[in-house]
This record gives sequence, C-alpha cells and structure tokens, in this order.
Amino acid sequence: MKTNGAEDLFQPNLPRRHRIGRWGLILFQISTLVGIVVLTALVLNVLNRTFGYVAMTYQVPPEALSINGIPVERLHPLDLAYLLRQHLPPDLLARLESEGPLEQRDRRELLDLLTTKVMRPKVLETWTLAQSIFCRQAIQTRVERLYPDARLVFRSWLTPEFLTRPQSSRPEFAGVRTAVLGSLWVVAITIAFAFPIGVGTAIYLEEYAKGKDTWVNRIIQTNINNLAGVPSIIYGILGLAIFVRALAPLTSGAIFGLVPEGATANGRTILSAGLTLGLLILPIIIINSQEAIRAVPKSLRLASYALGATQWQTIWHHVLPSAMPGILTGTILAMSRAIGETAPLIVVGASTFITVDPTGPFSKFTTLPIQIYQWTARPQDVFRHLAAAAIIVLLVMLLALNATAIILRNRYAKRRG
Amino acid sequence: MTHPPGSEPIAIEARHLSVYYGDFRAIEDINLPIYRNKVTAIIGPSGCGKSTLLRSFNRMNELMPNVRTEGQVLYHGKNIYDPDVDPVEVRRRIGMVFQKPNPFPKSIYENVAWGLRINGFKGSKADMDAWVEEALRAAALWDEVKDKLHQSGLSLSGGQQQRLCIARAIAVRPEIILMDEPTSALDPIATLRIEDLIRELAEHYTILIVTHNMQQAGRVSDYTAFMLMNERRAGILVEYDETRVIFTNPKDKRTEAYITGRFG
Amino acid sequence: MPVPTPTSAEDDIAARLRSRPRRFEAFIRWTLFLAAALSIFTTIGIVYELGRESLNFFTRQLWEDTNKQLAAAVGPTDTVLPVTRSGAALHPDDTIRVEEEVMRVLAVEPTALTVARGQQGTPATTHAAGLDIYRGTRVSLVEFFTGTQWAPQIGKFGMLPLLNATLIVTAIAMIVALPLGLGIAIYLSEYASDRARRLLKPTLEILAGVPTVVYGYFALTLVTPLLRAIFGKDVVEVYNMASAGIVIGILVIPLVSSMSEDALSAVPQSLRHAAYALGATKLETALQVVVPAAFSGIAAAFIVAISRAIGETMIVALAAGAGPNFTFNPFEAAETITGHIVRISSGDLSYDSIDYNSIFALGLVLFFMTLTLNIISQRVVRKFRQVYD
Repeated sequence: MKTNGAEDLFQPNLPRRHRIGRWGLILFQISTLVGIVVLTALVLNVLNRTFGYVAMTYQVPPEALSINGIPVERLHPLDLAYLLRQHLPPDLLARLESEGPLEQRDRRELLDLLTTKVMRPKVLETWTLAQSIFCRQAIQTRVERLYPDARLVFRSWLTPEFLTRPQSSRPEFAGVRTAVLGSLWVVAITIAFAFPIGVGTAIYLEEYAKGKDTWVNRIIQTNINNLAGVPSIIYGILGLAIFVRALAPLTSGAIFGLVPEGATANGRTILSAGLTLGLLILPIIIINSQEAIRAVPKSLRLASYALGATQWQTIWHHVLPSAMPGILTGTILAMSRAIGETAPLIVVGASTFITVDPTGPFSKFTTLPIQIYQWTARPQDVFRHLAAAAIIVLLVMLLALNATAIILRNRYAKRRG
Repeated sequence: MTHPPGSEPIAIEARHLSVYYGDFRAIEDINLPIYRNKVTAIIGPSGCGKSTLLRSFNRMNELMPNVRTEGQVLYHGKNIYDPDVDPVEVRRRIGMVFQKPNPFPKSIYENVAWGLRINGFKGSKADMDAWVEEALRAAALWDEVKDKLHQSGLSLSGGQQQRLCIARAIAVRPEIILMDEPTSALDPIATLRIEDLIRELAEHYTILIVTHNMQQAGRVSDYTAFMLMNERRAGILVEYDETRVIFTNPKDKRTEAYITGRFG
Repeated sequence: MPVPTPTSAEDDIAARLRSRPRRFEAFIRWTLFLAAALSIFTTIGIVYELGRESLNFFTRQLWEDTNKQLAAAVGPTDTVLPVTRSGAALHPDDTIRVEEEVMRVLAVEPTALTVARGQQGTPATTHAAGLDIYRGTRVSLVEFFTGTQWAPQIGKFGMLPLLNATLIVTAIAMIVALPLGLGIAIYLSEYASDRARRLLKPTLEILAGVPTVVYGYFALTLVTPLLRAIFGKDVVEVYNMASAGIVIGILVIPLVSSMSEDALSAVPQSLRHAAYALGATKLETALQVVVPAAFSGIAAAFIVAISRAIGETMIVALAAGAGPNFTFNPFEAAETITGHIVRISSGDLSYDSIDYNSIFALGLVLFFMTLTLNIISQRVVRKFRQVYD
C-alpha cells in the first residue's frame, strides 16, 4: 500500500463541496424563516381584518341625539333614558319597562339600547387595515360616489361591546358573549371529567402496573398511545352516537327532571360536548401525567415505605404532591387543545345560532371556535371582520392559559432547584 | 523537559500550543514534534489534556463548544490554524480513530467507501471495490468480512467494529492517524489484535496514540510523551523521548513516579 | 432445657405481623384500574359504534326510481302488474315498491311483472295507473369503495371522490411540510446556536398551538386570494384543494420538525466526529451520516404527519369547498372525507337517515387509515430506539 498515493487518488473538489455546503445552509435557514414568516402572516392577517374603515349609515345619527352639545356617549343615564322614551315605539318601550324601569338601568345598558334600537348603524362596506392605510384616498372617493349618505369611520371590530353582546344576525351588533360562556362551560365539564380519570389512569399505569408486564397493562398503554392519534372528528362521531343519542336521557337532563324550559336540545347539550372533548383530551392528560409521575425520584417512595406507609399513602402524600405541577402543566396544555377544538363539536351538534346565554350543563351551546367557523364560512366580508375579532379573543384566552402553564413550570423548576 | 534527538523527519509539530475551553486553559504551551512513520504515545493521568492535545492535531477541537486555540501546529511547514487553512482538507490528511468504535449505521462496504466518495474519488466502481478491499486488508479485517460486505457495520463485534473504523480512516489515505484510546472499550484479545495492527500500520503511517494503559504504550510506541496537570489544572508536557528511555531511564522525577505506579 | 415461652406482648407483635386485607387500598386500586380501563372502553366504543352504524349503512334498503310506471290500475289480489316498457330492466328476485307496498318480483316479461304482494309486512292495496315503480337496492361494499360518484340524494354512495380529495389535499400538505419540517429540524439540530434554538423552538410551539379553525380562516382569507392572484381567478376557484393542502402543510410543520429534531439529536455525537475526521463538510455529515442514522425517527414523523393531515377537518371544511367532486385538479373545489362528515352533521341530522349512517361508514374508513399509519409509526420508532439505546 502506497502512503502518498493520495494526491492521485482524489479530484480536488473542496471549493465545490463548500459551495454546496453553503447552499444547504441557506436552504435550511429559508425553511426556518418560512416558519417564522407564516406565523407572522397568520397574526397580521387577523389584525388586518380586525381594524379598518367602514362606510356606515345611521337611522338616527348620533349628533341628532346630543343634548346641549354634549355627545351622546357622555350623557347622564337619566338623559339617555329620556332619549329612549322619545325615540322608541310605545309597545317596545312597554316591554322594556316591564323587564325593568329604564331609569334604574345602568349607563352602559342604556347606551347599548340607544345604539341598537334608536341609532341603528348599518355597515355598507368594509375595508381591511392595510387598505385603510394605503388606499385611503381611493376609499374616500368610492364612498362619496357610491354612498353619498354614508359616513366613513375607522372602526375596531374588537370592542368591549363585542365581548359583552350576544350573537346577533346583524354584524353591527354581534358579540361573542354566548360563545365565550359556552366555551367556558364546555371546558369546565371537560376538565371535571378528564382530569380525575386521566390522573387516575396515569397513577395506575405508573404506580400499580409498573413492573407487572401483564397483557392487560400492555394493552391499556398501547391503546392510549393509539387513541392520542385518532382524528378529533372521530371523537365527534363517537360523542354523537353515545352521548347525544344513546345517553340522551342523561345528557339532556331528562332523568334529573332538569330539562330547561322550552329546551329543544335533546342530547345536543353542553354536557355532551364536554364529555366528548373529555374523551378527546384524556390521552393527552394521561401521557403528560405519566411523565410527571415518572419524574418523581424513587428514593421518595422508598423513604415513605420505610416508615410503614401503604402504597396509597405513599402515592397520596408524596408522589402526587411532587408530580402535581407537572400534571397541572400537562392538564392546562390539554385544556388549550379543548378550547380550540371545533370539528368534534360540530358533529356533536353545536347550535348554529343562539342568542341566549347557557344556564347549565343541559343548555344548548355554541363555542368560540364554532362561532369563528360560522362567521368565516359566511360569504359576506363583514362577517370575516367579526371572525378576526373573535380569533383575537380566542388567541388571548389560549395565551393566558399557556402563560399560566409556563409560570407553573418555572415555579416547579425553581422549587426542585 | 527533554526532547529526543531531532534527527528523524518530522510529520507534524505542535509549537507553544495552548487550548482553552472558555476561560479554562486545558493544555498549556505544548511543544511536541511527531516523527514520520513512527508510533508516538501520549500518556498521563486522566484529565491531563491528552485527548485535547490529540484533537488539536486535526482541528477536531473546533467541534466542541467555546474552544480557543493559541500557538501553532506545523504540517508541511504550514500552520494548520492559519485562517486560510480549510479544516476539512486537514482532516482528510490527518485521520482519527475514536475511543468507542463508531461505525456509521451503513453497510461495512459503505463505511469504508463513504470517505473516498465524498473526497472526490477518481476511479471506477471496480477501483472503489479494490480500494475498499485494500483498506479492509490493511486493517486486518478483510478475511472476516469479505462474505458480508453489505451487512450493517453495527453487526460486527466491538473489536471488529474498531478495526472497521481504522479501515475507514486509512481508506482516504491520510498521512497521520490520531488514535484516542482506541482499545479502551475492547476486551484483551481484541486489544492485542489492534496493537498488532498499529505496529503494522506504522510502516506507512505516522501514528499518534493516546492511551491510559502504560503497558500498551510500551508495547506499541517508538516515542512516548508524558503529560501532567500543573497547579492551575492545565495539561503540560513533562517529558518526551524514545519509549525505551521513558520506561527505563526517565529524566524527570515525575515521570519516574508515574511509570513506577506511585501516582496516577 | 425448657423452651422460653413468649410473653404476651411478643405474642401480640407476632400476631400483628400477619397480613390483613386492606380494603381501602384494594378499593383505590380497583377504582384506578377502572379509570385506566375507560380508555379501552373508548376504543371499543369507537369500533363498536362505527361498526354498528356502518352495518346499518350497508344493509339499509334504498329505493331507486326505475322510470317504469304501472300501465293500469291493480287491485289488492292481482299478482301480475302491467307495466310500461320504458325504464330500467328488472330481474326475478328484485324487491320493488309501489306507493307504500313492497313486492318481490317472481317473473319478468317486457310489459308485465309477476310479483308476490305485500312483502316486508306491508299491506297489499289498490294502486292507480301511472304510479312510479321503485327498485330496492343496497349500498354494496364494491360500490362504496370503487364508485366514483357520491350523491346521497340520488342514492349514489361511491367514496372515491371524497377519498381522492383527501389524498390530494394530504399530498399537497406533505409537499409543503416534509421538506420544510425536515429543513427546520436539520437547522435546529445541526446548525443553530443555542440562542437561535431558544428563540425558534417556542415559535414553532406557538404555531403548533394555534387552533385549526384559525388556520382555516388563514387559508380562506389569505392563501386562497394569494393563489388566485398568482395563478389567475379563472384558474383557481374560490374554494380549492391547493389552499387547504398548503395550510394543512403549514399546520403540520411543527409536528414534523419537532419529531425529526428529536430523532436527529438522538444520533450520537461520535458519528458526526467520525465523519468530520474523514474530511466531510458539515452538510455532508448532516445529510449523509446524521439523517440516514435518524432515518426511522424521521420516517415515523412523516407517517404521523400524514395521519394528521388525513384527519384534519376544519381547514378543509372552510377552504376546500362543499360538495364531492372527483377531480385531480388541485385548484378545483372538492370535499374530503372529513369535510363531508362535518357538512353533513352540521345542522339537524336525523338519526335514522342514510346520511347519519354514511358518516359512520366514512368515519370507520378514516379511523382505520389513521390507526394503521399510527401503528406503523410506533413500530418504526420502537425499532429506532433499539438501535441507539
């Protein structure tokens, strides 16, 4: 074997290889950049439709309602009540009075009544934020030409009223209160159902089944891993068949005699939705809790046994408290999954249009993602603005949940030192 | 510190070489000429910077985080740490065998051929086969694997895997082979085979081997460098001479103490 | 020497050492076991309900208009029906229906049918001339899996248009997600500095945590208009598979990248060092040594991504269009399996309709597709672990 045959053996190719190497790196960086750009586009696209110009007309313009030059939104409640009495038809007035005298209502409520019943703004056309910034002139010309009576105002679709108003068929007055309450109810039931069962399963698998490699335990573990990969819509179909249909007497509240008056929900209730999502997030809670329990040092268990504690005492007093922050973090992540789920709830029968707040587990329901879906699916542009505002509400809810999870995780990390 | 007589041709030489990990100086001011077609062993207690020194001979140190190198390593009169030197080219010429056998999860044939291929092998498929065979023969592995060249390299025993790694290293025709405790993960019989192999390879290659096993250094090497940690925990070169001299007549008290097993 | 008799206190202790049943402990144990068993019941529930309703779907009697009419009025006891010559051919043993009465065909002549009257518990009654004759059919498995038309209103239940749309959308998603996801994974595991990694990984996690309905909004309000601007409004329909596929691809990027990165990071450092010591460049090491070594982990990530894309619902429901359409043009609207299930089940779905049954049959197909993929991916991952642990 020659030692220095090397120079004849190889073609000098280093410059080319380094060039290819640089291109490779550029490709990988571009991939990563695309990820960031997409996330930015996702957020900007939503913001773009949350704000912007609208051309609108009033049945009674706000200026006509000002008293002594004080704009209507700064008027005293008594003045507002006075205005309502002046402008509302008598039968409507009588109905409102029978629900509660106008003079005793607060400012906010009166102003809302004044807007929705008297001023009655009507949106004629909308523009996105980008259009509003870059094509202002064109928009103004267009409005002057097409809607001579309309006024062009810059509007945020996300307002305090948007949060407090119920669903409405008129985009000007629509809000997400019903949907947000529905989401909260559903998630509360989901967690109440899935948390104890999920943690219980994790304890069983990690503390009781560990080391006993029986076929039952193996099947349970494999099964959980597989359930985690089942598409969410399948859970919806399962929920439809079992909770909505087979267990209708239970989920409609009939066997408790609790069917709300005038209810038409049958089994399509908050309870069914919550249980369906509960099954859906169960594998997530189990897998996360198992990890948290596994991370508890064995020495802790041994110390407890050495003092004569039973297995359950050891788990309850030592293992669970140590694992709890990890379990809670996992549960919160599962919760954010549940809050964002849409498809299974459609299958389970979320209502397409309700304006009444849910009153309990046996009410009909809609949730925030369902609301977003319905607004997005409507062909009119104006509903896309509402969907954008609702998406922001949803994302803020998720952000708050995730922030809680991160704080929990950090506190946990600190304590473990 | 003493050096052996500088009559032999030098393959590579460290001059005033220091290596830092962050603020910590791992080796300090090492001067070490390595002689061509000889086996040079680096011995010393663990943690004294043997492996760090070894890795700085082909710029493998740069793959560790936060590493800084001062001083020079001269190879054919060129400092391999000069900014215009390409570490990829350096490593093709100065190969390395590692502590634990680390064959690629590819076939035995591919393990050997891959290095040739990426470096721009000129020949045909038949030439490639011939080179692979030659490398495996040189690593004394051919007879054991010739019938299963397309099985995974991971299917071999530990000793065979290490010889495969040696075949892989010599296939790209390096001038110098660095070996970082190549037998520490092997059983005594596999170790002996590798040691025999090292002696054979020394006919054509310059070999620099780190070992914590003094008997091994005695058996395989022509020259031995002895390293220690100084009071700042940085590795320094204590003594460098022909192996025979280091083991029978060390000039430094610390070398003698280490050789006779009084510490380390 | 007399054996010392134990004192009464020692006797007590010996007695106390004896094990007693701990009822509370046993109760807890069984309660927890039941909780764990619930997951089994969930699976059984899925398979049972999907299977049962699918069975109803395939055994349900459907009535298909033969375009034949009664040529003359018949009384309750007549067994020969005069019929018009027009319409689809009937065969002996066919089940037919006139008004509410079900009959079985015994013999067929061009303008007359010999029938057994009053079948399936229906009373034999008088029928006027000119009434339509319906033939009883069932959805056959062959039709279900090979039919190219899905139109419940006319009794056509071939799922190929839905399956085809699902596969096209999934393919587009994979074209987007696999290279990008793997590229990000390689960048994160082989190139990125610690600081970049600390910034990028949470970004990807956020991307993974955004609800799918928001992605649907994104597809409909940004990606579709973008596609229409690029390729022309007459080429790209308002609802199209391409937009849905691209956005599903974006949705699964974090999944692909994080699973692939785990696999790449699990490749031992020593393999990289071996490659560098042979004079390999960073890219050669990454692509020719690290990626092949992590192959099964990456393959598992890809398979899970495919399964996820097949089961994704809201994006296709919003962006891919409503209505089955057997087309290979990604710029056309076509309904996927999941999209169809959602559309059929939104609104009031009555329990004993063929529509209700059909979503279970489709769900069953979906369930087995994703289950198979998930099982394969778990196998692949397990094989990978055995190599390096």
